[in-house]
Amino acid sequence: MAVKKRLQRIGVNVLAWTLSLLLITPLVLILINSFKTGQEAAQMSLRLPSVLQLENFKTVIERGKLGVTFLNSLTYSVFSVLLCTLTSAMAAFVLSRNRSKANKIVYFLIVLGMAMPINFIALMKVMQTLDIINKRIGIILLYAAIQTPFNVFLIYSFVGKIPKDIDEAAIIDGCSPLQLFFSIIVPLIKPVLVTVMVLTFLNTWNEYILPLYFLGSSDKWPMTLAVYNFFGMYYRDWNLVCADIVLTSLPVIVVYLLGQKYIVSGMTAGAVKG
Amino acid sequence: MTKNRHYPTYFLFGTLLLYVVLYLLPGILGIGYSFTDWTAYSDEVHFLGYDHMFDNYVKAFSDAKYFGYLGNTLLFTLVTTIVKNGVGLALAVLLTKQVKLLNFHRAVLYIPAVLSALIVGMIFKSILNPAQGLLNSTLKIFGVKGLKWLTDPKIAFWSVMGVDIWKGMGYIMTIFIAGILSISPTYYEAAQIDGASGWQQFRAITLPMLVPTMTVTTVLNVIYGLRVFDMVYALTNGGPGFATEVLYTGIYKEFGFGRYAMGTTLSSIMFVFMALIGFFLIRAMNRNEVEE
Repeated sequence: MAVKKRLQRIGVNVLAWTLSLLLITPLVLILINSFKTGQEAAQMSLRLPSVLQLENFKTVIERGKLGVTFLNSLTYSVFSVLLCTLTSAMAAFVLSRNRSKANKIVYFLIVLGMAMPINFIALMKVMQTLDIINKRIGIILLYAAIQTPFNVFLIYSFVGKIPKDIDEAAIIDGCSPLQLFFSIIVPLIKPVLVTVMVLTFLNTWNEYILPLYFLGSSDKWPMTLAVYNFFGMYYRDWNLVCADIVLTSLPVIVVYLLGQKYIVSGMTAGAVKG
Repeated sequence: MTKNRHYPTYFLFGTLLLYVVLYLLPGILGIGYSFTDWTAYSDEVHFLGYDHMFDNYVKAFSDAKYFGYLGNTLLFTLVTTIVKNGVGLALAVLLTKQVKLLNFHRAVLYIPAVLSALIVGMIFKSILNPAQGLLNSTLKIFGVKGLKWLTDPKIAFWSVMGVDIWKGMGYIMTIFIAGILSISPTYYEAAQIDGASGWQQFRAITLPMLVPTMTVTTVLNVIYGLRVFDMVYALTNGGPGFATEVLYTGIYKEFGFGRYAMGTTLSSIMFVFMALIGFFLIRAMNRNEVEE
Protein backbone atom coordinates (compact mmCIF):
# COMPACT_ATOMS: atom_id res chain seq x y z
CA MET A 1 0.00 0.00 0.00
CA ALA A 2 2.72 2.45 1.00
CA VAL A 3 4.80 1.51 -2.05
CA LYS A 4 1.82 2.02 -4.33
CA LYS A 5 1.15 5.41 -2.80
CA ARG A 6 4.75 6.48 -3.24
CA LEU A 7 4.76 5.34 -6.86
CA GLN A 8 1.58 7.26 -7.44
CA ARG A 9 3.09 10.36 -5.95
CA ILE A 10 6.17 10.09 -8.17
CA GLY A 11 3.85 9.50 -11.12
CA VAL A 12 1.84 12.70 -10.65
CA ASN A 13 5.00 14.72 -10.17
CA VAL A 14 6.57 13.37 -13.34
CA LEU A 15 3.33 14.06 -15.19
CA ALA A 16 3.14 17.62 -13.87
CA TRP A 17 6.72 18.36 -14.90
CA THR A 18 6.24 16.83 -18.35
CA LEU A 19 3.15 18.93 -18.97
CA SER A 20 4.69 22.13 -17.63
CA LEU A 21 7.80 21.70 -19.76
CA LEU A 22 5.80 20.83 -22.84
CA LEU A 23 3.53 23.83 -22.44
CA ILE A 24 6.30 26.28 -21.72
CA THR A 25 8.44 25.15 -24.68
CA PRO A 26 7.00 27.71 -27.15
CA LEU A 27 7.91 30.52 -24.77
CA VAL A 28 11.39 29.14 -24.09
CA LEU A 29 11.87 28.89 -27.85
CA ILE A 30 11.21 32.61 -28.25
CA LEU A 31 13.51 33.52 -25.38
CA ILE A 32 16.40 31.41 -26.72
CA ASN A 33 16.08 32.70 -30.25
CA SER A 34 15.95 36.32 -29.16
CA PHE A 35 19.65 35.98 -28.22
CA LYS A 36 20.80 34.40 -31.49
CA THR A 37 22.24 35.81 -34.68
CA GLY A 38 19.91 36.07 -37.66
CA GLN A 39 21.51 33.04 -39.27
CA GLU A 40 21.19 30.86 -36.18
CA ALA A 41 17.57 31.92 -35.62
CA ALA A 42 16.56 31.04 -39.18
CA GLN A 43 16.19 27.46 -37.96
CA MET A 44 14.07 28.45 -34.92
CA SER A 45 15.33 25.47 -32.95
CA LEU A 46 15.78 25.01 -29.22
CA ARG A 47 19.59 24.88 -29.64
CA LEU A 48 21.28 27.42 -27.39
CA PRO A 49 22.94 30.44 -29.02
CA SER A 50 26.71 30.23 -29.53
CA VAL A 51 27.20 33.82 -28.38
CA LEU A 52 24.56 35.94 -26.61
CA GLN A 53 23.50 38.64 -29.07
CA LEU A 54 22.38 41.35 -26.69
CA GLU A 55 22.43 43.93 -29.46
CA ASN A 56 19.28 42.30 -30.88
CA PHE A 57 17.35 44.13 -28.22
CA LYS A 58 19.01 47.43 -29.00
CA THR A 59 18.28 46.99 -32.70
CA VAL A 60 14.64 46.21 -32.01
CA ILE A 61 14.15 49.17 -29.71
CA GLU A 62 15.49 51.48 -32.41
CA ARG A 63 13.95 49.96 -35.51
CA GLY A 64 10.68 48.89 -33.93
CA LYS A 65 10.21 52.31 -32.28
CA LEU A 66 9.61 50.51 -29.01
CA GLY A 67 10.14 53.67 -26.96
CA VAL A 68 7.18 55.49 -28.47
CA THR A 69 4.91 52.46 -28.58
CA PHE A 70 5.78 51.56 -24.98
CA LEU A 71 4.73 55.03 -23.88
CA ASN A 72 1.53 54.71 -25.95
CA SER A 73 0.64 51.39 -24.32
CA LEU A 74 1.48 52.78 -20.91
CA THR A 75 -0.69 55.87 -21.48
CA TYR A 76 -3.68 53.85 -22.67
CA SER A 77 -3.36 51.29 -19.89
CA VAL A 78 -2.80 53.68 -16.99
CA PHE A 79 -5.52 56.16 -17.90
CA SER A 80 -8.14 53.55 -18.74
CA VAL A 81 -7.32 51.71 -15.50
CA LEU A 82 -7.77 54.88 -13.44
CA LEU A 83 -10.92 56.01 -15.24
CA CYS A 84 -12.61 52.63 -15.35
CA THR A 85 -11.78 51.72 -11.76
CA LEU A 86 -13.11 55.02 -10.43
CA THR A 87 -16.36 55.04 -12.41
CA SER A 88 -17.02 51.33 -11.94
CA ALA A 89 -16.39 51.47 -8.20
CA MET A 90 -18.70 54.43 -7.68
CA ALA A 91 -21.45 52.85 -9.77
CA ALA A 92 -21.07 49.40 -8.23
CA PHE A 93 -21.20 50.90 -4.72
CA VAL A 94 -24.50 52.68 -5.32
CA LEU A 95 -26.00 49.81 -7.31
CA SER A 96 -25.14 47.36 -4.57
CA ARG A 97 -26.33 49.53 -1.67
CA ASN A 98 -29.48 51.01 -3.14
CA ARG A 99 -31.24 48.13 -4.84
CA SER A 100 -34.22 50.06 -6.13
CA LYS A 101 -36.10 48.73 -9.11
CA ALA A 102 -34.44 51.19 -11.51
CA ASN A 103 -30.98 50.37 -10.17
CA LYS A 104 -31.59 46.64 -10.55
CA ILE A 105 -32.41 47.16 -14.22
CA VAL A 106 -29.32 49.32 -14.70
CA TYR A 107 -27.14 46.66 -13.08
CA PHE A 108 -28.65 43.93 -15.22
CA LEU A 109 -28.05 45.92 -18.41
CA ILE A 110 -24.45 46.65 -17.48
CA VAL A 111 -23.65 43.06 -16.56
CA LEU A 112 -25.29 41.87 -19.77
CA GLY A 113 -22.43 43.65 -21.50
CA MET A 114 -20.08 40.87 -20.38
CA ALA A 115 -21.56 38.71 -23.10
CA MET A 116 -22.55 41.22 -25.71
CA PRO A 117 -20.28 41.86 -28.65
CA ILE A 118 -19.24 45.30 -29.81
CA ASN A 119 -20.53 46.50 -33.15
CA PHE A 120 -17.27 48.06 -34.34
CA ILE A 121 -18.71 49.53 -37.50
CA ALA A 122 -21.53 51.39 -35.79
CA LEU A 123 -19.07 52.34 -33.05
CA MET A 124 -16.93 54.01 -35.71
CA LYS A 125 -19.94 56.18 -36.60
CA VAL A 126 -20.47 57.13 -32.96
CA MET A 127 -16.80 57.99 -32.53
CA GLN A 128 -16.78 60.09 -35.69
CA THR A 129 -19.78 61.99 -34.43
CA LEU A 130 -18.10 62.62 -31.08
CA ASP A 131 -14.85 63.46 -32.88
CA ILE A 132 -12.80 61.03 -30.80
CA ILE A 133 -11.81 58.67 -33.60
CA ASN A 134 -8.08 58.38 -34.30
CA LYS A 135 -7.35 60.12 -31.00
CA ARG A 136 -5.68 58.89 -27.84
CA ILE A 137 -8.55 60.06 -25.67
CA GLY A 138 -10.98 58.04 -27.78
CA ILE A 139 -9.05 54.81 -27.28
CA ILE A 140 -8.75 55.42 -23.55
CA LEU A 141 -12.51 56.01 -23.23
CA LEU A 142 -13.18 52.89 -25.29
CA TYR A 143 -10.95 50.71 -23.15
CA ALA A 144 -12.66 52.04 -20.04
CA ALA A 145 -16.08 51.36 -21.59
CA ILE A 146 -15.48 47.79 -22.72
CA GLN A 147 -14.18 46.74 -19.31
CA THR A 148 -16.94 48.40 -17.35
CA PRO A 149 -19.33 45.41 -17.26
CA PHE A 150 -16.87 42.98 -15.69
CA ASN A 151 -15.43 45.52 -13.29
CA VAL A 152 -18.86 46.64 -12.06
CA PHE A 153 -19.80 42.99 -11.63
CA LEU A 154 -16.68 42.21 -9.56
CA ILE A 155 -16.86 45.27 -7.30
CA TYR A 156 -20.64 44.93 -6.85
CA SER A 157 -20.34 41.47 -5.35
CA PHE A 158 -17.48 42.61 -3.10
CA VAL A 159 -19.38 45.64 -1.79
CA GLY A 160 -22.24 43.29 -0.94
CA LYS A 161 -20.01 41.58 1.61
CA ILE A 162 -19.24 44.81 3.52
CA PRO A 163 -21.76 45.23 6.37
CA LYS A 164 -24.13 48.16 5.98
CA ASP A 165 -23.73 49.11 9.65
CA ILE A 166 -20.46 50.75 8.68
CA ASP A 167 -22.28 53.10 6.33
CA GLU A 168 -24.90 53.90 8.93
CA ALA A 169 -22.31 54.77 11.55
CA ALA A 170 -20.53 57.05 9.09
CA ILE A 171 -23.77 58.72 8.04
CA ILE A 172 -24.71 59.38 11.66
CA ASP A 173 -21.28 60.97 12.10
CA GLY A 174 -22.23 63.34 9.30
CA CYS A 175 -20.36 61.86 6.32
CA SER A 176 -21.45 63.10 2.91
CA PRO A 177 -21.88 60.44 0.18
CA LEU A 178 -18.50 61.33 -1.33
CA GLN A 179 -16.78 61.21 2.08
CA LEU A 180 -18.48 57.92 2.85
CA PHE A 181 -17.30 56.44 -0.43
CA PHE A 182 -13.75 57.72 -0.57
CA SER A 183 -12.70 57.60 3.07
CA ILE A 184 -14.72 54.64 4.39
CA ILE A 185 -15.67 52.32 1.53
CA VAL A 186 -12.62 52.59 -0.73
CA PRO A 187 -10.17 51.41 1.95
CA LEU A 188 -12.46 48.47 2.72
CA ILE A 189 -12.78 47.33 -0.89
CA LYS A 190 -9.09 47.82 -1.68
CA PRO A 191 -8.45 44.12 -2.51
CA VAL A 192 -11.08 44.04 -5.23
CA LEU A 193 -9.93 47.41 -6.54
CA VAL A 194 -6.40 46.05 -6.94
CA THR A 195 -7.78 43.00 -8.74
CA VAL A 196 -9.77 45.21 -11.08
CA MET A 197 -6.76 47.41 -11.76
CA VAL A 198 -4.44 44.51 -12.51
CA LEU A 199 -6.92 42.82 -14.83
CA THR A 200 -7.82 46.04 -16.63
CA PHE A 201 -4.15 46.80 -17.11
CA LEU A 202 -3.38 43.38 -18.56
CA ASN A 203 -6.40 43.40 -20.86
CA THR A 204 -5.65 46.86 -22.16
CA TRP A 205 -1.98 46.06 -22.71
CA ASN A 206 -2.77 42.89 -24.67
CA GLU A 207 -5.68 44.21 -26.70
CA TYR A 208 -5.12 45.31 -30.27
CA ILE A 209 -8.48 45.17 -32.04
CA LEU A 210 -9.58 48.68 -31.03
CA PRO A 211 -6.39 50.35 -32.30
CA LEU A 212 -6.68 48.23 -35.45
CA TYR A 213 -10.09 49.73 -36.12
CA PHE A 214 -9.78 53.18 -34.63
CA LEU A 215 -6.14 54.33 -34.71
CA GLY A 216 -5.06 54.86 -38.28
CA SER A 217 -1.73 56.56 -37.63
CA SER A 218 1.09 54.26 -36.53
CA ASP A 219 2.62 56.84 -34.17
CA LYS A 220 -0.33 56.21 -31.82
CA TRP A 221 -0.10 52.42 -31.96
CA PRO A 222 0.37 50.41 -28.79
CA MET A 223 3.19 47.87 -28.45
CA THR A 224 1.17 44.81 -29.48
CA LEU A 225 0.14 46.29 -32.79
CA ALA A 226 3.64 47.62 -33.40
CA VAL A 227 5.20 44.22 -32.81
CA TYR A 228 2.84 42.70 -35.36
CA ASN A 229 3.77 45.35 -37.86
CA PHE A 230 7.45 44.73 -37.14
CA PHE A 231 6.86 41.04 -37.76
CA GLY A 232 5.42 41.89 -41.16
CA MET A 233 8.55 43.82 -42.11
CA TYR A 234 11.24 41.63 -40.57
CA TYR A 235 9.69 38.17 -40.84
CA ARG A 236 13.03 36.82 -42.11
CA ASP A 237 14.90 38.00 -39.02
CA TRP A 238 13.38 35.76 -36.38
CA ASN A 239 16.01 36.77 -33.84
CA LEU A 240 14.72 40.35 -34.00
CA VAL A 241 11.07 39.33 -34.01
CA CYS A 242 11.72 37.18 -30.93
CA ALA A 243 13.52 40.01 -29.17
CA ASP A 244 10.58 42.29 -29.93
CA ILE A 245 8.13 39.68 -28.59
CA VAL A 246 10.18 39.32 -25.41
CA LEU A 247 10.25 43.06 -24.78
CA THR A 248 6.54 43.47 -25.50
CA SER A 249 5.55 40.61 -23.21
CA LEU A 250 7.88 41.57 -20.39
CA PRO A 251 5.59 44.18 -18.76
CA VAL A 252 2.69 41.73 -18.86
CA ILE A 253 4.71 38.93 -17.29
CA VAL A 254 6.01 41.26 -14.56
CA VAL A 255 2.52 42.53 -13.71
CA TYR A 256 1.25 38.95 -13.77
CA LEU A 257 3.92 37.69 -11.39
CA LEU A 258 3.43 40.63 -9.02
CA GLY A 259 -0.35 40.52 -9.14
CA GLN A 260 -0.91 36.77 -9.49
CA LYS A 261 -2.79 36.54 -6.22
CA TYR A 262 -5.18 39.30 -7.23
CA ILE A 263 -5.70 37.94 -10.74
CA VAL A 264 -6.64 34.50 -9.49
CA SER A 265 -8.99 35.86 -6.84
CA GLY A 266 -10.65 38.12 -9.41
CA MET A 267 -11.15 35.37 -11.92
CA THR A 268 -12.52 32.92 -9.48
CA ALA A 269 -14.69 35.37 -7.53
CA GLY A 270 -17.21 35.50 -10.32
CA ALA A 271 -15.32 33.03 -12.46
CA VAL A 272 -16.03 35.37 -15.30
CA LYS A 273 -13.85 37.30 -17.68
CA GLY A 274 -14.77 40.54 -19.44
CA MET B 1 -36.05 58.68 -0.05
CA THR B 2 -33.09 58.53 2.31
CA LYS B 3 -31.44 55.79 0.28
CA ASN B 4 -31.18 58.09 -2.72
CA ARG B 5 -29.68 60.75 -0.48
CA HIS B 6 -26.91 58.57 0.88
CA TYR B 7 -26.36 56.56 -2.29
CA PRO B 8 -26.90 59.26 -4.90
CA THR B 9 -27.65 58.47 -8.52
CA TYR B 10 -24.92 60.81 -9.79
CA PHE B 11 -22.41 58.10 -8.75
CA LEU B 12 -23.67 56.18 -11.78
CA PHE B 13 -23.14 58.93 -14.32
CA GLY B 14 -19.56 58.13 -15.34
CA THR B 15 -20.24 54.47 -15.89
CA LEU B 16 -23.53 55.06 -17.66
CA LEU B 17 -22.01 57.64 -19.97
CA LEU B 18 -19.18 55.32 -21.00
CA TYR B 19 -21.29 52.21 -21.23
CA VAL B 20 -24.37 53.59 -22.94
CA VAL B 21 -22.60 55.80 -25.47
CA LEU B 22 -19.73 53.52 -26.43
CA TYR B 23 -21.21 50.07 -25.89
CA LEU B 24 -24.98 49.93 -25.95
CA LEU B 25 -25.64 52.69 -28.45
CA PRO B 26 -23.43 51.22 -31.24
CA GLY B 27 -25.14 47.88 -30.77
CA ILE B 28 -28.60 49.39 -31.18
CA LEU B 29 -27.58 51.82 -33.95
CA GLY B 30 -25.97 48.88 -35.70
CA ILE B 31 -29.29 47.06 -35.87
CA GLY B 32 -30.77 50.16 -37.46
CA TYR B 33 -27.96 50.36 -40.02
CA SER B 34 -28.43 46.70 -40.95
CA PHE B 35 -31.62 47.73 -42.80
CA THR B 36 -29.73 50.18 -45.00
CA ASP B 37 -27.34 50.24 -47.95
CA TRP B 38 -24.52 51.94 -45.98
CA THR B 39 -21.09 51.74 -47.63
CA ALA B 40 -17.81 53.62 -47.43
CA TYR B 41 -18.24 54.89 -50.98
CA SER B 42 -21.27 57.08 -50.46
CA ASP B 43 -22.04 59.75 -47.90
CA GLU B 44 -25.72 58.97 -48.13
CA VAL B 45 -27.31 56.10 -46.30
CA HIS B 46 -30.62 54.79 -47.61
CA PHE B 47 -33.22 52.62 -45.96
CA LEU B 48 -33.68 49.49 -48.07
CA GLY B 49 -37.46 49.94 -48.18
CA TYR B 50 -40.10 47.81 -46.52
CA ASP B 51 -40.06 45.18 -49.26
CA HIS B 52 -36.31 44.66 -49.03
CA MET B 53 -35.50 45.61 -45.45
CA PHE B 54 -34.27 42.13 -44.53
CA ASP B 55 -32.12 41.75 -47.64
CA ASN B 56 -28.85 41.92 -45.70
CA TYR B 57 -30.05 39.23 -43.32
CA VAL B 58 -31.23 37.02 -46.16
CA LYS B 59 -27.79 37.40 -47.70
CA ALA B 60 -26.06 36.57 -44.40
CA PHE B 61 -27.91 33.29 -44.13
CA SER B 62 -28.02 32.31 -47.82
CA ASP B 63 -24.64 33.37 -49.23
CA ALA B 64 -22.30 30.39 -48.87
CA LYS B 65 -19.42 32.65 -47.82
CA TYR B 66 -21.23 34.30 -44.93
CA PHE B 67 -22.89 31.08 -43.95
CA GLY B 68 -19.41 29.56 -43.81
CA TYR B 69 -18.36 32.23 -41.29
CA LEU B 70 -21.29 31.27 -39.08
CA GLY B 71 -20.50 27.57 -39.42
CA ASN B 72 -16.83 28.07 -38.59
CA THR B 73 -17.67 30.22 -35.59
CA LEU B 74 -20.01 27.57 -34.22
CA LEU B 75 -17.49 24.77 -34.87
CA PHE B 76 -14.75 26.76 -33.15
CA THR B 77 -17.00 27.41 -30.17
CA LEU B 78 -18.10 23.79 -29.86
CA VAL B 79 -14.63 22.25 -30.15
CA THR B 80 -12.73 24.72 -27.96
CA THR B 81 -15.44 24.64 -25.28
CA ILE B 82 -15.41 20.87 -25.01
CA VAL B 83 -11.63 20.47 -25.15
CA LYS B 84 -10.83 23.36 -22.81
CA ASN B 85 -13.32 22.05 -20.28
CA GLY B 86 -11.95 18.53 -20.53
CA VAL B 87 -8.27 19.41 -20.46
CA GLY B 88 -8.77 22.20 -17.93
CA LEU B 89 -10.54 19.81 -15.58
CA ALA B 90 -7.88 17.11 -16.01
CA LEU B 91 -5.11 19.60 -15.26
CA ALA B 92 -7.00 20.96 -12.26
CA VAL B 93 -7.41 17.46 -10.83
CA LEU B 94 -3.71 16.79 -11.34
CA LEU B 95 -2.66 20.08 -9.75
CA THR B 96 -4.78 19.61 -6.63
CA LYS B 97 -2.98 16.36 -5.86
CA GLN B 98 0.21 15.96 -3.86
CA VAL B 99 2.48 17.55 -6.41
CA LYS B 100 5.61 19.36 -5.29
CA LEU B 101 5.99 23.00 -6.39
CA LEU B 102 2.27 23.15 -6.97
CA ASN B 103 2.17 26.91 -7.38
CA PHE B 104 5.03 26.83 -9.84
CA HIS B 105 3.16 24.41 -12.10
CA ARG B 106 -0.07 26.36 -11.81
CA ALA B 107 1.70 29.60 -12.69
CA VAL B 108 3.46 28.05 -15.69
CA LEU B 109 0.24 26.61 -17.09
CA TYR B 110 -1.49 29.96 -16.69
CA ILE B 111 1.18 32.11 -18.37
CA PRO B 112 -0.07 31.62 -21.97
CA ALA B 113 -3.37 33.15 -20.87
CA VAL B 114 -1.76 36.47 -19.91
CA LEU B 115 0.04 36.91 -23.22
CA SER B 116 -1.58 38.82 -26.05
CA ALA B 117 -3.26 36.58 -28.61
CA LEU B 118 -1.39 38.50 -31.28
CA ILE B 119 1.92 37.47 -29.76
CA VAL B 120 0.85 33.88 -29.26
CA GLY B 121 -0.19 33.90 -32.92
CA MET B 122 3.26 35.03 -34.02
CA ILE B 123 4.99 32.45 -31.83
CA PHE B 124 2.95 29.64 -33.37
CA LYS B 125 3.41 30.94 -36.89
CA SER B 126 7.05 30.10 -36.32
CA ILE B 127 6.46 26.76 -34.60
CA LEU B 128 3.96 25.60 -37.23
CA ASN B 129 6.08 26.71 -40.18
CA PRO B 130 6.18 23.66 -42.48
CA ALA B 131 9.86 23.98 -43.43
CA GLN B 132 11.77 25.27 -40.39
CA GLY B 133 9.14 25.15 -37.65
CA LEU B 134 9.87 23.43 -34.36
CA LEU B 135 6.91 21.07 -34.66
CA ASN B 136 7.78 19.63 -38.04
CA SER B 137 11.51 19.39 -37.26
CA THR B 138 10.67 17.52 -34.05
CA LEU B 139 8.33 15.20 -35.95
CA LYS B 140 11.12 14.59 -38.46
CA ILE B 141 13.37 13.25 -35.70
CA PHE B 142 10.76 10.60 -35.04
CA GLY B 143 10.44 9.89 -38.76
CA VAL B 144 6.98 11.41 -39.07
CA LYS B 145 6.28 13.62 -42.05
CA GLY B 146 5.07 17.05 -40.96
CA LEU B 147 1.98 18.80 -42.24
CA LYS B 148 1.31 22.25 -43.65
CA TRP B 149 -0.39 23.24 -40.43
CA LEU B 150 -1.61 26.70 -41.35
CA THR B 151 -1.76 26.61 -45.15
CA ASP B 152 -3.57 23.35 -45.85
CA PRO B 153 -7.27 24.30 -45.92
CA LYS B 154 -8.25 20.94 -44.45
CA ILE B 155 -6.26 21.30 -41.26
CA ALA B 156 -5.65 25.04 -40.85
CA PHE B 157 -8.77 25.60 -38.77
CA TRP B 158 -7.88 22.69 -36.49
CA SER B 159 -4.42 24.17 -35.97
CA VAL B 160 -5.99 27.50 -35.02
CA MET B 161 -8.26 25.75 -32.54
CA GLY B 162 -5.29 23.83 -31.15
CA VAL B 163 -3.30 27.00 -30.50
CA ASP B 164 -6.32 28.65 -28.94
CA ILE B 165 -6.73 25.69 -26.61
CA TRP B 166 -3.05 25.92 -25.64
CA LYS B 167 -3.56 29.56 -24.72
CA GLY B 168 -6.89 29.25 -22.97
CA MET B 169 -6.81 26.04 -20.99
CA GLY B 170 -4.74 27.42 -18.12
CA TYR B 171 -7.45 29.96 -17.45
CA ILE B 172 -10.16 27.29 -17.32
CA MET B 173 -7.89 25.12 -15.18
CA THR B 174 -7.51 27.93 -12.64
CA ILE B 175 -11.28 28.22 -12.28
CA PHE B 176 -11.62 24.46 -11.86
CA ILE B 177 -8.87 24.45 -9.22
CA ALA B 178 -10.85 26.99 -7.21
CA GLY B 179 -13.93 24.80 -7.66
CA ILE B 180 -12.16 21.65 -6.50
CA LEU B 181 -10.60 23.36 -3.50
CA SER B 182 -14.03 24.51 -2.36
CA ILE B 183 -15.25 20.91 -2.06
CA SER B 184 -15.16 19.86 1.57
CA PRO B 185 -12.45 17.20 2.20
CA THR B 186 -14.81 15.28 4.49
CA TYR B 187 -16.55 13.81 1.42
CA TYR B 188 -13.29 12.30 0.24
CA GLU B 189 -12.40 11.05 3.72
CA ALA B 190 -15.74 9.29 3.99
CA ALA B 191 -15.32 7.79 0.53
CA GLN B 192 -11.84 6.54 1.36
CA ILE B 193 -13.11 4.83 4.49
CA ASP B 194 -15.67 3.07 2.29
CA GLY B 195 -12.82 1.99 0.04
CA ALA B 196 -13.67 4.05 -3.04
CA SER B 197 -10.96 4.17 -5.71
CA GLY B 198 -9.59 7.44 -7.08
CA TRP B 199 -11.73 7.16 -10.20
CA GLN B 200 -14.82 6.38 -8.16
CA GLN B 201 -14.19 9.42 -5.97
CA PHE B 202 -13.82 11.56 -9.07
CA ARG B 203 -17.06 10.23 -10.59
CA ALA B 204 -19.15 10.35 -7.44
CA ILE B 205 -17.82 13.45 -5.66
CA THR B 206 -15.64 15.75 -7.76
CA LEU B 207 -17.69 15.72 -10.94
CA PRO B 208 -21.15 16.32 -9.44
CA MET B 209 -19.81 18.97 -7.06
CA LEU B 210 -18.23 20.80 -9.98
CA VAL B 211 -21.44 21.20 -11.98
CA PRO B 212 -21.90 24.89 -11.03
CA THR B 213 -18.26 25.61 -11.88
CA MET B 214 -18.64 23.80 -15.16
CA THR B 215 -21.69 25.89 -16.01
CA VAL B 216 -19.61 29.01 -15.59
CA THR B 217 -16.61 27.73 -17.57
CA THR B 218 -18.89 26.54 -20.34
CA VAL B 219 -20.66 29.87 -20.62
CA LEU B 220 -17.29 31.65 -20.59
CA ASN B 221 -15.91 29.44 -23.32
CA VAL B 222 -19.02 29.84 -25.44
CA ILE B 223 -18.95 33.63 -25.13
CA TYR B 224 -15.26 33.68 -25.95
CA GLY B 225 -15.64 31.27 -28.87
CA LEU B 226 -18.46 33.17 -30.53
CA ARG B 227 -16.55 36.44 -30.27
CA VAL B 228 -13.17 35.06 -31.31
CA PHE B 229 -11.09 37.35 -33.47
CA ASP B 230 -7.54 37.75 -32.16
CA MET B 231 -6.27 34.25 -32.59
CA VAL B 232 -7.65 33.74 -36.09
CA TYR B 233 -6.48 37.15 -37.24
CA ALA B 234 -2.96 36.57 -35.94
CA LEU B 235 -2.52 33.02 -37.25
CA THR B 236 -4.25 32.87 -40.62
CA ASN B 237 -6.35 36.02 -41.04
CA GLY B 238 -9.17 33.80 -42.26
CA GLY B 239 -7.12 32.05 -44.92
CA PRO B 240 -6.33 30.01 -46.87
CA GLY B 241 -9.31 31.18 -48.90
CA PHE B 242 -12.10 31.44 -46.34
CA ALA B 243 -11.15 28.17 -44.63
CA THR B 244 -10.62 29.69 -41.19
CA GLU B 245 -12.85 32.76 -41.48
CA VAL B 246 -15.02 33.33 -38.41
CA LEU B 247 -17.69 35.97 -37.93
CA TYR B 248 -15.47 38.62 -36.39
CA THR B 249 -12.65 38.34 -38.89
CA GLY B 250 -15.35 38.40 -41.59
CA ILE B 251 -16.81 41.58 -40.12
CA TYR B 252 -13.36 43.15 -40.10
CA LYS B 253 -12.96 42.32 -43.80
CA GLU B 254 -16.37 43.80 -44.62
CA PHE B 255 -15.20 46.90 -42.78
CA GLY B 256 -11.99 46.92 -44.82
CA PHE B 257 -13.90 46.61 -48.09
CA GLY B 258 -16.21 49.41 -47.00
CA ARG B 259 -19.31 47.19 -46.99
CA TYR B 260 -20.54 48.68 -43.75
CA ALA B 261 -24.17 47.57 -43.96
CA MET B 262 -23.19 43.92 -44.38
CA GLY B 263 -20.67 44.14 -41.56
CA THR B 264 -23.16 45.68 -39.21
CA THR B 265 -25.74 43.02 -40.16
CA LEU B 266 -23.34 40.23 -39.18
CA SER B 267 -22.60 42.13 -35.94
CA SER B 268 -26.30 42.50 -35.20
CA ILE B 269 -26.93 38.79 -35.60
CA MET B 270 -24.26 38.24 -32.95
CA PHE B 271 -25.65 41.02 -30.79
CA VAL B 272 -29.08 39.46 -30.48
CA PHE B 273 -27.68 35.95 -30.09
CA MET B 274 -25.22 37.01 -27.39
CA ALA B 275 -27.77 39.06 -25.49
CA LEU B 276 -29.77 35.85 -25.08
CA ILE B 277 -26.68 33.95 -23.93
CA GLY B 278 -25.81 36.80 -21.58
CA PHE B 279 -29.22 36.47 -20.04
CA PHE B 280 -28.52 32.82 -19.22
CA LEU B 281 -25.05 33.66 -17.97
CA ILE B 282 -26.46 36.07 -15.43
CA ARG B 283 -29.08 33.53 -14.38
CA ALA B 284 -26.38 30.87 -13.93
CA MET B 285 -24.22 33.20 -11.86
CA ASN B 286 -27.09 34.31 -9.67
CA ARG B 287 -27.80 30.69 -8.89
CA ASN B 288 -24.19 30.30 -7.76
CA GLU B 289 -24.54 33.32 -5.54
CA VAL B 290 -27.56 31.81 -3.81
CA GLU B 291 -25.68 28.58 -3.19
CA GLU B 292 -22.87 30.44 -1.46
